[in-house]
Amino acid sequence: MTLSGQVEAIYRSESRRVLATLIRVLGDFDLAEEALHEAFFVAVQRWPEDGIPDNPRAWLVSTGRFKAIDRLRRQARFTPLLQEQADTLQAADWSDDDVEDDRLRLIFTCCHPALAPDAQAALTLREICDLSTEQIAHAFLATPATIAQRIVRAKGKIRDAKIPYQVPSRAELPERLDSVLRVIYLVFNEGYTASTGADLTREDLTLEAIRLCRLLMQLLPEPEVMGLLALMLLHESRRPARTSANGELVLLDAQDRGLWDTSLIAEGCNLVEQALSTRRFGPYCLQAAIAAVHAEASSAGETDWRQIIGLYDVLLRAVPSPVIELNRAVAVAMEQGALAGLALVDNLLQRGELQDYHLAHSARGEFCRQLGRFDEARSAYEKALSLTQQAPEKRFIARRLAELNSPRQ
Amino acid sequence: MKYLCLIYSDEQVLHTSPDSPHDSECLAYAQAIQASGRMLAAEPLEPVATATTVRMRNGKLSITDGPFAETKEQLAGFYLIEARDLNEAIQVAGDIPAARVGSVEVRPVRELNVPQ
Repeated sequence: MTLSGQVEAIYRSESRRVLATLIRVLGDFDLAEEALHEAFFVAVQRWPEDGIPDNPRAWLVSTGRFKAIDRLRRQARFTPLLQEQADTLQAADWSDDDVEDDRLRLIFTCCHPALAPDAQAALTLREICDLSTEQIAHAFLATPATIAQRIVRAKGKIRDAKIPYQVPSRAELPERLDSVLRVIYLVFNEGYTASTGADLTREDLTLEAIRLCRLLMQLLPEPEVMGLLALMLLHESRRPARTSANGELVLLDAQDRGLWDTSLIAEGCNLVEQALSTRRFGPYCLQAAIAAVHAEASSAGETDWRQIIGLYDVLLRAVPSPVIELNRAVAVAMEQGALAGLALVDNLLQRGELQDYHLAHSARGEFCRQLGRFDEARSAYEKALSLTQQAPEKRFIARRLAELNSPRQ
Repeated sequence: MKYLCLIYSDEQVLHTSPDSPHDSECLAYAQAIQASGRMLAAEPLEPVATATTVRMRNGKLSITDGPFAETKEQLAGFYLIEARDLNEAIQVAGDIPAARVGSVEVRPVRELNVPQ
């Protein structure tokens, strides 16, 4: 490998670790980012002559730290306060033992609940996954300027409100971990549900989310972390079967299960078992367990619906949610027939919470269609169509409506 | 009798309008009140962008970015606290008994920019 290739490889494998440590050592995101770039700039100049150091990461942190102190000293001529900051940094030592903790510190800081949720996701993708603001903007269908502003504002709040750079204490961990897992799952869903099949960057988002969750599990093997990783792997395993050759959405019961990625399924199922065996599982483990039951069935008809309904019952006790009730209603329809499913969905719609949720109306449409109540099916699908903005979903519902109107019915 | 004097202002123009006070003027006034024996506590605040709102419901702490913006509820009191960082401030704020029924906005205190 050429030297520049080696430096590039070191950048890919170490830059986020170096950044995480520099933020701790320097106490400032922007200063640390500049220091990181300067350190690599010096490396490119020096390593061809001096050779690559034994511990490139420690070398990079140390070089970046000196560069930052230099910079502060130069600016201190105009702002005396910076001289003090530079002296403090000069005096403080840094240890290399803490680097894995630094990565966790970075994750927990980027996902701090005192930052706006959309800012948490943008900051996480920028600082931990090293995506550019353009890539993040593309993924979230926002302008780069909006994303950049979100990130600047989040960093400003971290600095000015003094959000600490630390892994939460045991007592705080459950709630803080929830916030991290929510960000990872948000990133995953952005890539998974909004995918049009032609857009690679959005697929990258699901892979980034999985990579991030793997890192988190390695650093913090909590059952819910395993559960979320399993859930995402099991969803990801179905990706090849989720869209037809012409880019249309294919629902779970109609998917060609031969296309499912068996190695992802094996890894996901294994993680689910591991997480459930701790007896400390939560909503992500339960959702993963449901996905695992689907993954293990050779067809929709062969699925153990009874077990799925049971898992939904446990999930609903943990996190009451009308959307989960709707999913449960679909499982009940699979086991007991469309009439039982329809009764549950109608009850949900009457309660009003899902009135504007297109999937509730398309489930109603599907049950009515199966029961031969075509007029009701048609109006339910029409209602669903009016409520969704996503192009593949719109096409899917329009296709169902066309089938209802075709002479076969 | 104690009185709380609350300062409201459009923070976009707080420091830039022709009539805006310089921090040194604010400090001088605070020192004058202090000398007269009437000062209990006074602090300038960082902009609302640094605000975090904390609530405690059924023993569960909820933390959201941003200031308290509910016009149906009114200011009921204040705590000026010393905390290591925002996490510690949030813990203290969340345990304020009134956080169970109301909301507590946590804002960092700003340092006056006055030459020593």
